[in-house]
Amino acid sequence: MISGILQYEFLQNAFLTGLIIGALAPLIGVFVVVRRMSMIADALSHVALAGIAFSLLLEKNFIAMAGLNPLYMGMTFSVVGSLFIEKLRNVYKHFKELAIPIILSSGIGLSAIFISLANGFNTDLYGYLFGSVSAVSRTDLQLIIVVSIFVIITLVLLYKELFLLSFDEEHAKASGIPSKVIHFIFIVMVALVIAASMRIVGILLVSSLMTIPVAASLRFAKGFKQMIFYSVIFGEISVISGLFLSYYLDLAPGGTIVMLTVLILVLSILIGKIKTRFA
Amino acid sequence: MPIIKIEDVSYKYSKDLVLEDVSLHVPQGAFLAIVGPNGSGKSTLLKLVLGVLKLQKGNVELFGKPIRQFKDWQKIGFVSQKANSFNSGFPATVFEVVQSGLTKKIGLFKIPRKEHKKKVVKALESVGMLSFKDRNIGELSGGQQQRVFIARSLVSEPELMILDEPTVGVDQNNVQQFYEILEMMNKQLGITLILVTHDVATVTDKVTHVACINKTLHFHGDACEYNELNEEELSSIYGHGVQLLSHNH
Repeated sequence: MISGILQYEFLQNAFLTGLIIGALAPLIGVFVVVRRMSMIADALSHVALAGIAFSLLLEKNFIAMAGLNPLYMGMTFSVVGSLFIEKLRNVYKHFKELAIPIILSSGIGLSAIFISLANGFNTDLYGYLFGSVSAVSRTDLQLIIVVSIFVIITLVLLYKELFLLSFDEEHAKASGIPSKVIHFIFIVMVALVIAASMRIVGILLVSSLMTIPVAASLRFAKGFKQMIFYSVIFGEISVISGLFLSYYLDLAPGGTIVMLTVLILVLSILIGKIKTRFA
Repeated sequence: MPIIKIEDVSYKYSKDLVLEDVSLHVPQGAFLAIVGPNGSGKSTLLKLVLGVLKLQKGNVELFGKPIRQFKDWQKIGFVSQKANSFNSGFPATVFEVVQSGLTKKIGLFKIPRKEHKKKVVKALESVGMLSFKDRNIGELSGGQQQRVFIARSLVSEPELMILDEPTVGVDQNNVQQFYEILEMMNKQLGITLILVTHDVATVTDKVTHVACINKTLHFHGDACEYNELNEEELSSIYGHGVQLLSHNH
């Protein structure tokens, strides 16, 4: 693959995208996990699927839309979905988790309608569902770079507010942190990262790249910064080796990457157990 | 000028009157214990002072300003019963938790600098927790955690600190040490303290003032006067509160 990377543009695209999302997804995933919002990532990825399906439908029926990258529509849908989740969480103040199944099933429902309108499944969609090494285009890569720069800068600038909100929301509110605004910015960032990651790992598996590396580092990290560090390392190891394996064994990269994160998780649990036994 | 001026405050949750015509002045430098049985309205009073609940009747002034116009919330530190608002599995070091107390002070979109880290170290030193700075907060005992939360409030250099039953979940051996830290903050750092507690016996030799609340204010005076109250008077405060008339004020 290394010689391939030098030779073929599509492999360069896949590899660079992998490098970026291998860090980005677990990075934002740390905040997603500690804020107990893991399921929101799932809901939003299904809404992004509706966006992709909608875009593919437009492409099929209107020649003028043919040049439009489906990622834009996926991103738009998942950001709009994140706004609806927030709205619903306020409507059902005592049953906040209700927002997730409502949005998730709406996303799948819409996707099913768009797919059937487009007269069935096509190969493109398969790549979006489970990830693909060959499908990442140069424009995908450019969009992903822009999104990741935006997300990383925002995370650095809002790090301490996000930390406080996650650790102790009551204290954050009492000390006058604009918690609603920050939460809103955060959920929009989650939506953007989901849309950016789905090219490689696929819509159905995006949330696992956000949460499983974090779950693994939660087993032994000392402090929050260390947890971020290990999560990113685990994410990168899984994505890079997953891409290599899927290229040589002709597997879907999404599945391979996610199973590697699961492997790391199992190892970290086992090592933790052994350590406590012999310590 | 008193730091807090509470005038004729009453508060109702739907139909239940929990506070009735409470007036209380807290002078600068005081160490005030607010005591009263469960459900006596002391937490409600705190929430009114912190602006978490809106006033229904009466007035509250903070640092000489009506509470509606008060903006300097950084001057006020708050320590709650930690069990309420914190997930003990959260992967944060003691240092990170204390630094989070500076969030508002550092300001939006800004990154902590060296001077901020120094403040964190100083706050940890004053509660005797510096050697734990790299430990995860969840690994500490209840008393140690509560000292860390004190440091988190202390780090933003408040002029007034309000503590709502901070010793719940702290074992008896550590409670004494905890109060010594509070006494040090009051005497050496000059921070005005308000401590809500039902642990009356432990605090009377540390505090300067005591206020007993059970819907109405039953007693407000300095700690010595409180200690001179006879048994009958005390039982009237803690006994069957609601039927009692206000006295001793």
